[in-house]
Amino acid sequence: MSALTFTMKHRFDQRVDMSPLVCNKLEGLTPVEIAAIELQNGKRKIRVDELFRIKGSDIQNIVIEGSFSKLDFIGKQLDGGSITIHGDVGAYLGQEMKTGTIKVDGNAGIYAACEMKNGYLEIKGNAGDFLAAALPGNKQGMKGGTVLVKGDVGERAGDHMRRGTLLIEGNAGDYCGSRMVAGTIAVMGQTGRYLGYAMRRGTLLLWNQPQLSATFNDCGSHTLAFLPILFASFMKLNSKFSNRSVAFNRVQRYAGDMSELGRGEVLVKI
Amino acid sequence: MIINGVTIDETFAEAFGMKATRAIITAQNEKWAMISAQAMTGFATSVIACGCEAGIEKILDSSETPDGRPGVAILIFAMGGKGLAKQLETRAGQCVLTSPTSALFAGIDEGVQIPLGKNLRYFGDGFQVSKKIQGKRYWRIPVMDGEFLTEATTGRVEAVGGGNFLVLAKSQPQALAACEAAIEEMRKLPNVIMPFPGGVVRSGSKVGSKYPALGASTNDAFCPTLKGMTKTELPADCESVMEIVIDGLTKEDIDKAMRVGIQAVCDLGIENGIQRISAGNYGGKLGPFHFHLQEIMA
Repeated sequence: MSALTFTMKHRFDQRVDMSPLVCNKLEGLTPVEIAAIELQNGKRKIRVDELFRIKGSDIQNIVIEGSFSKLDFIGKQLDGGSITIHGDVGAYLGQEMKTGTIKVDGNAGIYAACEMKNGYLEIKGNAGDFLAAALPGNKQGMKGGTVLVKGDVGERAGDHMRRGTLLIEGNAGDYCGSRMVAGTIAVMGQTGRYLGYAMRRGTLLLWNQPQLSATFNDCGSHTLAFLPILFASFMKLNSKFSNRSVAFNRVQRYAGDMSELGRGEVLVKI
Repeated sequence: MIINGVTIDETFAEAFGMKATRAIITAQNEKWAMISAQAMTGFATSVIACGCEAGIEKILDSSETPDGRPGVAILIFAMGGKGLAKQLETRAGQCVLTSPTSALFAGIDEGVQIPLGKNLRYFGDGFQVSKKIQGKRYWRIPVMDGEFLTEATTGRVEAVGGGNFLVLAKSQPQALAACEAAIEEMRKLPNVIMPFPGGVVRSGSKVGSKYPALGASTNDAFCPTLKGMTKTELPADCESVMEIVIDGLTKEDIDKAMRVGIQAVCDLGIENGIQRISAGNYGGKLGPFHFHLQEIMA
């Protein structure tokens, strides 16, 4: 069986809600039924076959060709299977995904991986603000799984993050790890201002010295035993994080945010 | 059956179902991993009074351990799941948490999950940090030498305890030398431990006693100094009997260990004073696992 492939016919002006096109929601549907699914497009509904040419039948392996930045909610609540996207994606990529894999070879908009529960999400380009964050008003962001971004990420990455691993090969914007409840965020590039703002627990793992707020206290230099295990868990990834030469276990440890619970940590490679 | 002049008795060892787990202790170097492992498996020769039977299974090099440091794998056996969990936690807390540079990991992933460091985390007094990596939860507990890293749980599996064989020899030094040779070979095998001191027990017991308060007492039929006073099982020129007790994760593991051990004893042969190999049992009525010596050595 070849992958169920949706190839974009032409780019619409209005945004498209792609949430019905996830593996678990297509189970048992015939190609005709899939073509007839209606997607929200701006204020109107539009059939899938008006937007995409459809090819293949393996619903556990979905491919979106010619994607662009107005396709929102791709992989929402994905529960198994894989979605591969060629091109950019809009907002809310992989929102609340439970298991499975999403790979994007372009850029992602705001709120990618927001409130993600488990699985693996990979973005080859950049990601917008509020990566792996909680939706406005909600208290818990990403709750599990792994997110890998090979480019840069916007502001508030990991806002309210509860659990899981967020790996950023590039730079992170301001307020990275803000209001973090727990989990791990690793940033190979530079980080912006207000790093870990109001974080309660969790780990920010950095390769470069950040500009830290006064509410983070220096706990000194340490060799931490969990770091080799953490880096070993990255070995299967197609990423700079899997390169043995980037791994380290010697860090400068800063505890914070002392204006909040103060059980979080910023670990900086030394 | 006679091997190299050594008689293999037509008898069997009788063993029991137990619960077991494996833990991996690592440290800055093998010396400190071993110190911690020896402490954790100390006073664990017999469930009769120790609460569990434990021993060192294997020394691990840095490529075999979760954190890439030298380590030691230990096995712990107990009669019940609750007893095993209690012993594991107590020993981990007093012997590994306290040991410089140590870290503690699960050695068995499958089976019922029982606490390893799950409750030790409270020693961190709120400063402990949890990390869930590839589905496994770890606890980082701040201690005076840095951080104690421990996996939260380890797997508990069904196991077999009490496999054994007796070495009858013309003299005490010869019995001990034969047992040492057996233990050296048996320690090369995975999934088994010989929990008694140095792997050898000289005070084999029988069920019951003339003293009502005691459930077990000396195995007088195999005590050489009582040959003229009791219904002895020993030949007239036997001066010493020593026993090797084996706990294993499966019956097959014990089968293999007994075969290797008995063979090592028989290799010394009658010319080194080894007379017979026998085994301890309770008539086959108490333990569901029977290890027939002649079948094992066939």
